[in-house]
Amino acid sequence: MNTEVTITPTLATPLIPLWEKRLRPELDSGENALAVLEVDLDLNGQFIHSLLAVTEKQLFAWDTHKNLWEKWALSAELELRVFDYAGIGTLELRNKTTRLAHWRFTLGHHNACLRLVERFHTELQFLLTQTRPEDDNDLLCPTCRSPLNSEEGECPVCSRELALPPSTWTLFRLWRFAQPYWQQLLTGFLLMLGATAATLVSPYLYMPLMDEVLIPFQAGQHIEPEKVGLYLGGLMAAALVSWGLGWAKTYILALVSERISADLRTSTYEHLLHLSLEYFGSKRTGDLISRIGSESDRISVFLSLHALDFITDVLMIVMTAIILFSINPALALVTLLPLPFIAWMIHQVRDRLRTGFEKIDRVWGEVTNVLSDTIPGIRVVKAFAQEQREAQRFREANQHNLLINDRLNKTWSLFSPTVSLMTEGGLLVVWAFGIYQVSVSAITVGTLTAFLAYIGRFYGRLDSMSRIVSVTQKAAAGSKRIFDILDHVSNVPDASQPIVLNQIKGEITLKDIGFRYGSRSVIRHLALNIQPGEMIGLVGQSGSGKSTLVNLICRFYDVSEGAINIDGIDIRSLALADYRRNIGLVLQEPFLFFGSIAENIAYGRPDASREEIIEAARAAHAHDFILRLPHGYDSVVGERGQGLSGGERQRISIARALLINPKVLILDEATSSVDTETEKEIQKALDNLVKGRTTIAIAHRLSTLRKADRLVVMQRGRIIEVGPHDELIAQRGAYWRLYQAQLRTTETHLEDETS
Amino acid sequence: MTTQIIQTQWSVWLDDFGHLGLTDAQGLRHEQVAPVRAFPLSAPREHWSLVSANGIELIWIQNIDSVPVPNRFLIEEALDAKEFMPEIKQIISVASFSTPSTWTVNTDRGETQLILQAEEDIRRLPRRALLIMDRHGVSYQIKDRFALDRTSRKLLDRFL
Ligand SMILES: Nc1ncnc2c1ncn2[C@@H]1O[C@H](COP(=O)(O)OP(=O)(O)OP(=O)(O)O)[C@@H](O)[C@H]1O
Ligand SMILES: [Mg+2]
Repeated sequence: MNTEVTITPTLATPLIPLWEKRLRPELDSGENALAVLEVDLDLNGQFIHSLLAVTEKQLFAWDTHKNLWEKWALSAELELRVFDYAGIGTLELRNKTTRLAHWRFTLGHHNACLRLVERFHTELQFLLTQTRPEDDNDLLCPTCRSPLNSEEGECPVCSRELALPPSTWTLFRLWRFAQPYWQQLLTGFLLMLGATAATLVSPYLYMPLMDEVLIPFQAGQHIEPEKVGLYLGGLMAAALVSWGLGWAKTYILALVSERISADLRTSTYEHLLHLSLEYFGSKRTGDLISRIGSESDRISVFLSLHALDFITDVLMIVMTAIILFSINPALALVTLLPLPFIAWMIHQVRDRLRTGFEKIDRVWGEVTNVLSDTIPGIRVVKAFAQEQREAQRFREANQHNLLINDRLNKTWSLFSPTVSLMTEGGLLVVWAFGIYQVSVSAITVGTLTAFLAYIGRFYGRLDSMSRIVSVTQKAAAGSKRIFDILDHVSNVPDASQPIVLNQIKGEITLKDIGFRYGSRSVIRHLALNIQPGEMIGLVGQSGSGKSTLVNLICRFYDVSEGAINIDGIDIRSLALADYRRNIGLVLQEPFLFFGSIAENIAYGRPDASREEIIEAARAAHAHDFILRLPHGYDSVVGERGQGLSGGERQRISIARALLINPKVLILDEATSSVDTETEKEIQKALDNLVKGRTTIAIAHRLSTLRKADRLVVMQRGRIIEVGPHDELIAQRGAYWRLYQAQLRTTETHLEDETS
Repeated sequence: MTTQIIQTQWSVWLDDFGHLGLTDAQGLRHEQVAPVRAFPLSAPREHWSLVSANGIELIWIQNIDSVPVPNRFLIEEALDAKEFMPEIKQIISVASFSTPSTWTVNTDRGETQLILQAEEDIRRLPRRALLIMDRHGVSYQIKDRFALDRTSRKLLDRFL
């Protein structure tokens, strides 16, 4: 930082007004709060907020018990340290001999805390030496210290955290998927309008049939056949028209709804594939499968059958009401009497139904989860003879499912008959009122007949409409769970304006990175520079963070602190797919897909020729065993590569990584499950292949790493030693101990064999 | 009788920085040791362990209540400072029924807000207890979800 910057307290960080009011009188003129941290816990672990602030001269901390500021003038012996454990951070101020004070906070404030500490130490250094550390030219986000893309201005990490929770009006959000089909939908709607209108014609004809034909006949008049023929013909025509229109409408709308739900399903899946590993780590497979599979289907059923019915019903009810009023307003009013009650009831049960269905969906996910847990692990289940237990677990999940269904059905079973009862009651009232009206000659018998015919339909519709309440709530619950996926933003967001890298050289720089899985800090302050073409051997105890480091380099997760650069460019500003295309990865647990061996090898480059596939397989020493299979490269391997041994699977996954000819090759225990003989062979192949590629190889057998240019020894998320083999041996440090230990075990093995 | 003798063979102390230290049975001093519990949820008072700064177990404590007093208090205090698991007494409000959702809750440590990242972060424990992991990794406990008040139960029910 060469230019002098003056920052007013308000600009440095948004101070909450209360804190600003308390702090401002304490500051001298020209003294500024350069970094502040709001801590949200006191030392007894109570949620009580307090503030820390660093100025040019001192450190302030609000004492919540005494209600005053504690101050420490910056001096050489002061030091701030941060620890964290299980979601809680501790900040410690100490001098050479004792701890002066400490504060605690939940990890939401961790980044602010790191900033405060950093600022504290730069100010301290400035006071002592009048120099500031050379600042990186990278633009860092002021709140979370992740690098900013200069054009964007907005920090991708922070804006992601602010993402709003999705709204609850989920069914209407289906419109996004319906929009492309608006023309068909409109046609369907018009057809529906016509069909509904046509069905309403017939009761209207009852009126003249009664009043002009039947009643005059009873009074002794002659029946005119032409008139009867006309009316009956009208009835027939109305029925035919409504049939034709109804058919066309149902067909069109069913087609459309099927497409809408297919779109929904595919976009959900597509979206899901782009979510980060973190998301998959936190979700259960069965639950995701049931969301995408059965719930989108339920939405489709809802759209194609029930939503349509519902609209028809509403149309019907509105039209009937209009007709009824036009015939006789008084009678019409009586007819509509039960409506408010039904509306009230629907309102009452609706929420309960929806939450109930949401629950059922979740429980259903639970049931699927048991399946997706046990079926892949069937070998373990059988080996430990736990079939009974698993069956019991499934039975319990089902029992839970039943329980919740039963509870809901209690509400539901009462609802429908109650609606029927009300409509029956309504019918009764209409009869009574109608008879009275006929008796005082206010209406004719024909009018009453027509009315009763209309009302039969009307109430029937009400009945079916109330039934739809449940289906609607089911669909709403389902679409909520689908939109839960769709609304989830990836934790490793693709850069909005990605920098295009045509040909990478393969220089990887880890700049003081830190990473945590949730609240568990796994990588701390790790810095390393890997030259293009260099081979790095990564060693360390199990659980020291080697695989995690590889995950970060592949950008399966984003670092929580610091940055990873490739050829000097932050990997977060590259397009993900472009970046990963340059990385060949062989994992600790090789995964093969259902398909032929050739397809599996060509997974990263489906257009690869057969020659290329064979070449890669040869290089990975997989060719020979593939040829021994009955169908050679066309042999089908089962899900997760069943039918192959562990070592065979691993060699296929090596071939898969080699085929894409990556600039960066990552081998995570790539040769761990092959015998020493085969390992030597693969090793020979790899030795050729690593030439010209940046390689990061993780191995427990140190002999595997003898070609490595440098070895990096990790311990508990940090690098403790770096250097070539000979140098590290000479140092007699951690690597030397590891090496000695392995030498000893090989010797004892040899002794065992000879004795 | 014998257990008593074994337990008096080691002792803990606080250093000038307020960190716990241990002098073991052989008289070796270990700086910055930390108490951890093997079953913090299912057996909170049993199976404790004192581990060194680099995570190696130094002392195994079958039951913390059987440790003599000055040692026990120091160890419990150190654990208190490290483990933080507020118990939710009341759910005041939730921002939305779909996740991520911000809850305002009353705990035995005062009122606070937590962000529930996904419904899966609510873990069912035996005896109707729940463990809720918030976005920043703090675990909140609900000892008995049926003992909550009606509103809290209703709000919670939407996520179970
Ligand atoms: N998804 C995860 N969520 C939480 N913690 C994790 C996750 N994956 C790994 N860890 C933890 O992170 C630490 C580092 O794990 P990592 O897989 O990087 O170890 P490793 O060095 O590759 O070990 P190994 O040699 O056994 O493969 C371990 O303590 C592990 O428990
Ligand atoms: Mg690993």
